[in-house]
Amino acid sequence: MTELAAQPVAGRPSALRSFVDFYATTMRTTIQTQFQYRAAMYGYTIGMVAEPTIYLVVWTTIANSHGGAVDGVGPHAFAAYYIVWTFVRVMNIVFTPYGWEWRIREGQLSGQLLRPIHPIHYDLAWFAGQKVPWLVMYAPIAVGLSLVFHPSFHTSALGVVVFLVAIWGAYLIRSLNQFWLGMFTIFTTRVGAIFQVWFLAELLLSGRLLPLPLMPQWTQELAAWLPFKWTFYFPIEALVGNLSNAALLRGLGFQALWAAILGAVAVGAWRLAVRHYSAVGN
Amino acid sequence: MGVVEVQGLEKVFRVPEREAGIGAATRSLFRRQWREVRAVDGISFEIEPGEVVGFLGPNGAGKTTTLKMLSGLLHPSGGEVRVLGHVPNRRERDYLRRMTLVMGNRNQLQWDLPALDSFELNRAIYRLPVDEFRQTRDELVELLDIGDLVRKPVRQLSLGERMKVEVVGSLLHLPQVLFLDEPTIGLDVTMQKRIRGFVADYNARYGATVLLTSHYMADVEALCRRVIVIHHGRLLFDGQLEALTHRFAPLKTIEAVLADGETVSLQVPKDEVSGATAQLLAEREVVDLTVEDPPIEDVIEQVFATEAEVVA
Repeated sequence: MTELAAQPVAGRPSALRSFVDFYATTMRTTIQTQFQYRAAMYGYTIGMVAEPTIYLVVWTTIANSHGGAVDGVGPHAFAAYYIVWTFVRVMNIVFTPYGWEWRIREGQLSGQLLRPIHPIHYDLAWFAGQKVPWLVMYAPIAVGLSLVFHPSFHTSALGVVVFLVAIWGAYLIRSLNQFWLGMFTIFTTRVGAIFQVWFLAELLLSGRLLPLPLMPQWTQELAAWLPFKWTFYFPIEALVGNLSNAALLRGLGFQALWAAILGAVAVGAWRLAVRHYSAVGN
Repeated sequence: MGVVEVQGLEKVFRVPEREAGIGAATRSLFRRQWREVRAVDGISFEIEPGEVVGFLGPNGAGKTTTLKMLSGLLHPSGGEVRVLGHVPNRRERDYLRRMTLVMGNRNQLQWDLPALDSFELNRAIYRLPVDEFRQTRDELVELLDIGDLVRKPVRQLSLGERMKVEVVGSLLHLPQVLFLDEPTIGLDVTMQKRIRGFVADYNARYGATVLLTSHYMADVEALCRRVIVIHHGRLLFDGQLEALTHRFAPLKTIEAVLADGETVSLQVPKDEVSGATAQLLAEREVVDLTVEDPPIEDVIEQVFATEAEVVA
């Protein structure tokens, strides 16, 4: 017998370097996997474009029938909102709570628990990689939509910078949100109904369905106390250019706050869930 | 000090149960009934560095549950476990980097990509230096002779091929402790033999400690000098495989082919074998004669039937 295995692997890279390497490798793996599913990728892209295009056509029609604007928002402003919306939506695609059921049933969670890295990192890296081909595919579509709908942007340099940070902040917030929500699956099966309520709230209070200023006042006040608007409305508005510099920086601050709160919730939920995990059947 | 130390280990699951039918289903909406299942019931054992131990028991005996507790997947309900000095359910990174759990029915490879890409991902997950990783990967690929498989998408591999690739993927970080749960399940005889040989080679080459469950006694006979037998979550036997046979199979089988073509088979107590053989040779014209222990499957069956707590 040799003593090779009795020693830890020598010359292990530093923690930070390994961390970056893990994210880069996982993202590369995701992109390769995406390329295996060309038809699915085209399908997702069409689906991704269809939703905002429908909203855009509907609101443009309503605006035109109301003398050119709805509550001061005209067709070109709607065009800007929903074209950026799609970029933000792509950034907001994360591992859904529904996926946890599959993950447990197929034994994938057991496999992940045996790895010396927290599953949230795997999810963050995996879905970050997924965005690359989608964003590349959406870019020419956005140009086409711009030529048809003539969006009006009032973007500042600070707005662009904040947008580039905010879309990753949105990604982190939404990932953490859905991560802790997914923990319900470890305690009980068939939790789809809970998720549906959550997603409905998100649809209405995030700016996904329509710009928040078009919602009733009480809805806007409620949205201010929840994390959803920082994942859709805020990054969209940062690029469209309707926020002051102070509002842009305050928005990043709120994103950081929500990321910290949801990070703590996710860690707590994870610890409870892992203790409860029964790994039955796989 | 053992690599694996288990003391009074227990795992109790709380499972819902109800009678069949719409009435019972309706009642369970308001008042659910639960039952406690003691999957593992106070077992203790220790495994020394480099040992290959067979972990045997019928379906539902608590083998896989025990392995899951040893690997840190499950929190024990009672008792103590230490593996490589770690408490497994704390899932410390240093521990997870030094062990592996291979389950025959699990797939941790990227389904659509060649296994080489999954191996690369494992390199990043386990923070392996690139040169060492490549050397280990090539060594393991050669040991299992899967050089032509690792470039194919995993989805195009047969079950046996996938299992071999899966095993290599699980060992790239050169774990010191291997928990193998039915590693040859569903494989044909040739594949089973190849996996067995690989585990033996890995153990010899890297000095790894192995705890193996298998329903194929050929796996156990080929790899394990020591076996631990559990049933209903309780330890029935812990000792050398030979001792198991000796204790639970007091009879040997004498088979003789006579000159007239007739075959005679006798079951005799071990201490009477020489006398019985001599008598047979004296009384009949024998052209061929064999004396054998009963098949290990029969011995194990006998252990389960006895169900007495016998710790060697």
